[in-house]
Amino acid sequence: MSTVPTNLRYTKDHEWVKVEADGTVTVGITDYAQAALGDVTFIDLPKVGRQLEANDVFGTVESVKAASDLYSPVSGEVIAINSSLNDTPDLVNREPYEKAWMIKMKLKSPAELDKLLDSSSYQSIL
Amino acid sequence: MSTELNRTPLYDLHLELGARMVPFAGWEMPVQYSGIIEEHLAVRHKAGLFDVSHMGETRVRGKDAAAFLDAIMTNEFSSLRPNHARYTIMCYPDGGCVDDLIIYRVSHEEFFICLNASNAAKDIAWMKSQVGDWKVEIIDECSQWAQLALQGPLAEKILSSLTDLKLDTLKRFGFLNGEVAGAQNCIVARTGYTGSPGFEIYIPASQSTQVARAILEKGKPDGLLPIGLGARDSLRLEAGYPLYGHELSEKISPIQAGLSWTVKFTKPQFIGRDSLLLQTEKGVSSKVVMYSLNDRRIARPGATVFSGDKAVGEILSGTLSPVLNKPIGTALVTTGSNLDTLTVDIRGTHLPLQITQTPFFK
Repeated sequence: MSTVPTNLRYTKDHEWVKVEADGTVTVGITDYAQAALGDVTFIDLPKVGRQLEANDVFGTVESVKAASDLYSPVSGEVIAINSSLNDTPDLVNREPYEKAWMIKMKLKSPAELDKLLDSSSYQSIL
Repeated sequence: MSTELNRTPLYDLHLELGARMVPFAGWEMPVQYSGIIEEHLAVRHKAGLFDVSHMGETRVRGKDAAAFLDAIMTNEFSSLRPNHARYTIMCYPDGGCVDDLIIYRVSHEEFFICLNASNAAKDIAWMKSQVGDWKVEIIDECSQWAQLALQGPLAEKILSSLTDLKLDTLKRFGFLNGEVAGAQNCIVARTGYTGSPGFEIYIPASQSTQVARAILEKGKPDGLLPIGLGARDSLRLEAGYPLYGHELSEKISPIQAGLSWTVKFTKPQFIGRDSLLLQTEKGVSSKVVMYSLNDRRIARPGATVFSGDKAVGEILSGTLSPVLNKPIGTALVTTGSNLDTLTVDIRGTHLPLQITQTPFFK
């Protein structure tokens, strides 16, 4: 069974979003997504400063089996990327919700957060 | 394409073992259990058990069996001794491949043939269409057999504890008939598709689950794992073995695939001989090459290969080599291209291909 932490929000594309105390958000992919991908071998992330609209492709996660696009859950500016994933992409398999965060974003419109799924709604589509 | 997928006799066991099942060649097969990389390394260092019951089987029997096979296969079977097997290609007249096969000589007038799952029906129909005046019968045994592959350095230790067959006397491409884990009438061959030592075991379908369970249980203390199709692909690519539909096809001949050693021009006639001889003498327009990438990105089948800004080929197979810890694969490249300067386009980025002549794992 996939774990779905209750303190996060989710997209139907299996990204998770954590709202930080300062209002910025951290984005990664869910336990369900990493299990479906299998052994992750490479993650292509955007440059800091890139402006994203909700549903834009912001990168690629690649496993032995396939390459999959990553979709931005919200609109905003990329303010940090997790460069440790360059050397240890398998962190995504081991700790999808913690150490394997992918990007941090400054939100354009906090109202967009309301469109995201809560943990029980996300759980129900798995 | 029919949406009804076939299931092997081990389907329930796969679910019990936590396999992720996927459609493959019309079958519902395990792609992985614990993870492709872990499974791959288990085969290289310990042992792994594969369900390859989706593969097809047929029997060719009759007074002309050997001569018939010599006439429709690229390799030679009249010279094969009983209890030995040989790898071959079956070609169309134009040199394209119907399939690649392993053929086991059971007796003077009887051969047992392993077919690729996706080609089994096509192969049997093709062979029947070639019978003409030859005194042979072609018997479809696809549904009668399950097939397990037990591969890895500890495979012989594990299997020898489950059978009285003299495995230590069995040379590569030799086979024996007998009992394995209580199942009668099995065929045990020292063959494989991984590059690691091991066996392929044909078991009457109804008895296959007990054999698989016995092997899993006996091998567990030695680190044996069940292995899915994902690792099967990365293992065969490291070992440089072709997969029909990728390195061999109706469009890619054995000469292009680098399998000239399977084509015996010393035979006066066989289907495809004239075309393959012409390809050998005049050269082929494109050839299969093996590559590795110094990157983390995997080149997927269909990705374009470039020499400078000119497209000169495409990727046929690609995966991550867990032994080298980098992407490897095969590509079909126009003859005459400078192999030192090839690149592959992965989502807009051109990455240099390191071409190699020898398999990554031997």
